[in-house]
Amino acid sequence: MSYRVGVDVGGTFTDIFLLNEQSGKSFTAKVPSTPADPSIAVIEGIAKACRQNGVDPREIGHVMHGTTVATNAVLTGNGAKVGLIVTEGYRQVLHLARGFVPGALSGWINFVKGKPLAELHSTIEVSERMGADGKIVRPLDEAKLRADVRRLADTGVGAVTICLINSYANSAHEERVEEIVREVLPDMSISVSSKTLPEMQEYERAVTSVANAFVKPVVSRYVTNLQNNLQATMGDVKLSILRSDGGLAAARSAADYPVNLLMSGPAGGVAGAIWVARQAGFDNIITFDMGGTSTDVCLVEGGEAQVRRETVVHDVIVRASSVDVRTVGAGGGSIATVPELTKALRVGPQSAGAVPGPAAYNKGGELPTVTDANVVLGYLPSESKLGGDMAIRRDLALKAVQKVADALHLSVEDAAEGIIRIVNENMFGALRLVSVEQGYDPRRFSLMGFGGAGPLHANALGRLLKAWPVIIPPGPGVLCAAGDATTSLRDEAARTLIAPVDSISRDELRTYFAELEQRVRATLDADGIARDEQDVRYQVDMRYAGQSADITISFEPAEFEQSGLVLAAERFNVLHEQMFNFSLDKAKEIVNLRVIAQGGGAEVGSLVAPKGDGNPARAAIETTRVYSDARWHEATIYDRSKLCEGDRVEGPAIVFELDSTTLILPGSHAMVDKVGNLLIRDND
Amino acid sequence: MAQIIETNHTPWPEVEVDPVTLDVIENALQNARVQMDAILFRTAISPIIREQRDGFPVLANREGMMLAGQFGSPIDGFVHTYDGEVEEGDVLLTNDPYACEGAISHLNDWLFCMPVFYQGRLLGWTAMFGHMSDIAGMTPASMPVTATDQLQEGIVIPPVKVVAKGVLQRDLIKLAFRNSRTPDWNEADFFAILSACRTGAARLVEMADRFGADVLISAQNRLLERNREAMRNLIMTTMPEKPVYFEDWICDDAMGHGPYKMACEMRREGEKLIFDFAKTSPQSPGCINFYLNERMFKMFCGQFMVNVFDPQIVLNDGYIDLIDVRIPKGCLLNPIAPAALNGRTHALGRIFDIISGLFGSANSDFLVAAGFSDSPHFMYSGYSPKDDWFLLFQIGFGGIPGKPGGDGPDGHSLWPKFRNVPNEYIEAYFPIRIERFESIPDTGGAGKHRGGNGVRTEYAFEADGQISIHDDRWLTYPWGVKGGKPGTRGRKLMVRVDGSTEIIPSKIDGIKVKAGDRLIFDTWGGGGWGDPLERDLDAVAYDIKAGLVSVEGARRYGVVATADGAIDAAATTALRAEMAASRGPVDAFDFGPPIAELKARCFEETGLQPPVEPQLSRIATAWLRKNGMAYPDTAVAAE
Repeated sequence: MSYRVGVDVGGTFTDIFLLNEQSGKSFTAKVPSTPADPSIAVIEGIAKACRQNGVDPREIGHVMHGTTVATNAVLTGNGAKVGLIVTEGYRQVLHLARGFVPGALSGWINFVKGKPLAELHSTIEVSERMGADGKIVRPLDEAKLRADVRRLADTGVGAVTICLINSYANSAHEERVEEIVREVLPDMSISVSSKTLPEMQEYERAVTSVANAFVKPVVSRYVTNLQNNLQATMGDVKLSILRSDGGLAAARSAADYPVNLLMSGPAGGVAGAIWVARQAGFDNIITFDMGGTSTDVCLVEGGEAQVRRETVVHDVIVRASSVDVRTVGAGGGSIATVPELTKALRVGPQSAGAVPGPAAYNKGGELPTVTDANVVLGYLPSESKLGGDMAIRRDLALKAVQKVADALHLSVEDAAEGIIRIVNENMFGALRLVSVEQGYDPRRFSLMGFGGAGPLHANALGRLLKAWPVIIPPGPGVLCAAGDATTSLRDEAARTLIAPVDSISRDELRTYFAELEQRVRATLDADGIARDEQDVRYQVDMRYAGQSADITISFEPAEFEQSGLVLAAERFNVLHEQMFNFSLDKAKEIVNLRVIAQGGGAEVGSLVAPKGDGNPARAAIETTRVYSDARWHEATIYDRSKLCEGDRVEGPAIVFELDSTTLILPGSHAMVDKVGNLLIRDND
Repeated sequence: MAQIIETNHTPWPEVEVDPVTLDVIENALQNARVQMDAILFRTAISPIIREQRDGFPVLANREGMMLAGQFGSPIDGFVHTYDGEVEEGDVLLTNDPYACEGAISHLNDWLFCMPVFYQGRLLGWTAMFGHMSDIAGMTPASMPVTATDQLQEGIVIPPVKVVAKGVLQRDLIKLAFRNSRTPDWNEADFFAILSACRTGAARLVEMADRFGADVLISAQNRLLERNREAMRNLIMTTMPEKPVYFEDWICDDAMGHGPYKMACEMRREGEKLIFDFAKTSPQSPGCINFYLNERMFKMFCGQFMVNVFDPQIVLNDGYIDLIDVRIPKGCLLNPIAPAALNGRTHALGRIFDIISGLFGSANSDFLVAAGFSDSPHFMYSGYSPKDDWFLLFQIGFGGIPGKPGGDGPDGHSLWPKFRNVPNEYIEAYFPIRIERFESIPDTGGAGKHRGGNGVRTEYAFEADGQISIHDDRWLTYPWGVKGGKPGTRGRKLMVRVDGSTEIIPSKIDGIKVKAGDRLIFDTWGGGGWGDPLERDLDAVAYDIKAGLVSVEGARRYGVVATADGAIDAAATTALRAEMAASRGPVDAFDFGPPIAELKARCFEETGLQPPVEPQLSRIATAWLRKNGMAYPDTAVAAE
């Protein structure tokens, strides 16, 4: 027997998905997270899953892991003290950033700018200059640099990042500076922007390289701990980490470029959604992952998630590929307010978070939240438990929501329904942004709801978006872990090459692609993936000359051999028309070339739901009342673990399981499919 | 007056809208606006739109009242001026500020308006304007500093249909693109804006499908009323009946006249707020005139007032009848055609300083310092070493003012959405190097919350060519408040390849540059907020270590420190006490020296000759005399 394990470390729980690689049978386990050293919970969770299912931990050959360690380091500012070396004249590259002030015309009045990830007093300038054409304008002043590097070390930096102007065009100076820093400070961790991100745009390259250096020690320490602990309990086991772009990478190489892990957590959710959707026969889905403070949405077409060349963590925006997950500040903890001046109902972006939390959790929160509204409306029955031990206090929720009701002169139920409608509208905006605004008709997609609160809101959002059916996967909370375990190894390599499409010969392009292909194949080779199992794709980012938005065009190496970039250029026009309603008869230019290699063998594991007789009565727990469309309805609460394939659950109903609660609205129903998904549709 | 053709004349019935649906519709309108922006910035090609994001969308109701947007609705002016029928599927375009009551302020801004129909009836409007990089005229980028009438500034497009009943008017747009040095950029940007308008229209129709057209229309009315009520409330509770007066300046008009006074008296009469610009200087014979659109001004007021109390509100035109704006015909802010307008960016920016000065005088809770109330323009054109003609147009940023919530950021944009253009991008596409790009220590006004520092950009030209500059605040200061000090002024120094240097005036065209010449372009700092002697010592230490404030500059805060940020506590206490004792009482505003003194010391301090008193231009005197009026004639402005 051999097993693989998917692990998702969340803020509250660590989820384990244990998969028998031969039978495809899977087991899950859930343990509280251990934020001080997250690897402790991982080991405990795996032990628990093995113990409960009679599996010998030594039969586990591969642990696959989505982690928020890098994300949390950025969010909490708890990373390395990074020193930055820049070209003379650019010391403030991170400080000035792009000069952008968020908000409306008066936005600057409330704008508070955060400090850069590498502080100004730990930034030194080096006298040198490279031209945009890659020619040296001024040579490097090495003597001065040596002295300055010593001074930089005195400021107590734990890592050094080198980011010189135009290094994307010629990295010689950056490399020489690296050598000198290594000579002067032999033990220093050094990162070089032309290696981390060999692309144009000095601020983006600097912030990405610095963010990489900033999270690196935290991630390295974590990966080392985890690997050691895994080895101690399981012997020889391979550890892979899910990258932001949805591909797995060997833990060691992932730790070298941890900036690629900033969206590892959400990517796991998307990977899991794709895996479940594929088994249920859906290729086109929009994921809807609603948690306590925010909601992530992502569009998946033909079984592949959209990937974006940008990763956003709070106010840090880096150039790293990530699944195109859009986040809105709307979640179960979002707070409802009624400003005195306008008497309008506002929900979020402030959140009660985990502490003090929604009023219903009785942890000190008194402000009305989305969760409280769900409790008032009966969607979250107060008798049930949330992921374990959190009792729900309806009386406290009522008291909190009453404040909104009083301010709006509404009944408490209507106020609660109002809160839900407003928060749904906010999330609808995000869903539209990834679909309609990118030229995709949401009616061609199914909406997959997961995360703590997703299944409560998914039915309503399905109605707004007209994306049917609404899919609620089994065990939505462990979806991320399942995604980790079932995705494939992946690597990508890119280079900037700004040039008109027709100005570069096919031979020249072939050389570039071959070089990139070599690099990504080497990564997969190192992971023991045979060449014939490596799926290689070429990509070119293309745009009309001078345009801001480039569109990524993918093609097979064989296509390139046949027609060069001719097909890609045609495809660009089609996509441009689809996304923006127009195309131009204009010169196109290449921005970046990229090669992606993916390991095969992801198609393991499947879920099977027992067959039923269509009648869900066996799963009914009790009756309750839910408030919808301004009146109370009789509804039934079901135990999801007892539902079988073919069962039809009539709305209004609540389907309860360990880590999630699904709401089926009046006028809708859910069918249980062969893998145990709830497929919600409107009755008419 | 445009005639709107509807095939269905049934009026929309007024229906009840529950409060939650109202808020949902408000969100939906805002989402539609955001989506219009998203489409524009992703598809436009010119750096000015794609990187700096100079483009602004509007959604309006049937009557042309803005429901979501930033600068008020342009529809009204359009409908008044357009002489013809407007039908379903039409899209109108103009770039003439005089043809749309100043809804756009110079010819580079191309304004598209699109009526949105639903079941044969007019449902509303979408509109958007974006900055076209070049539209012919005397100079590349079409903002000739020396222009004395509008026709020198480029092609003037009166309101015309660029799409008629869904059909693109190709001949017309060919004509428009032909009148440009950057036809490719203009064409892409044209379609980007059009696409954004259509997106907004599609969203409005979707909303009508979803909520019912009658609910949507009724909700729009409620939202307009809600804004009005909020504004009425704020006017009544925060604004005094006693007049307050505030004035600020545009330093010069590129023709040796200046400074131009922008003066406004504000008072409340009942629930109405009256803004009277009677004491403003006359219009300029040059290009710095700013046709101030009343709705735009009202929207700016709303931004400062309503948004502070409900940041999530979607501001609309609901309250415009509560604000009365009086601007005499023939003054800098209500110029008579065909006065040149291309240098209007300074007066447009300075309006923000006027508004915050007035509101701050009326109610000190609103008080913020003066800041980067401008968009300095830098233009460089010529032939590259590869013999390609090029045009670089950049907008500079500077110091954000000190404010109650904290320091003003260094080198940021006061304008929403704007971002600087990456220097590597500029170097890759234009024959220029940017050798230095940093904020200048001590240029932000000292204060408890200091003003942001101005920016130094050092350009090294790699090809012979010519440059033009639009800038200001070289003579007058960005003022400080509540004890805060003014920021420093801007300056431009040319260092020629032979080592000689010259001060470049603030507004200038056609300066020849040679490869190897350098231009050091310093923008100005933001004013400080609050008493510098109360500034947190840790903040001063941080700034010193970061190189944002010098050891010498720290003394402006009464702080004695070393270069590594170590503060001498005893010396600091003593210095602060001494400074507090010697300075006398602290005024609400610190404008720096009076104008007469600035002019007297002008050459000595700035290297430039002082400007002379502005005179009414010939365009204005002719029109006023023909119409039997004198200047200023406020009765005209109230029309």
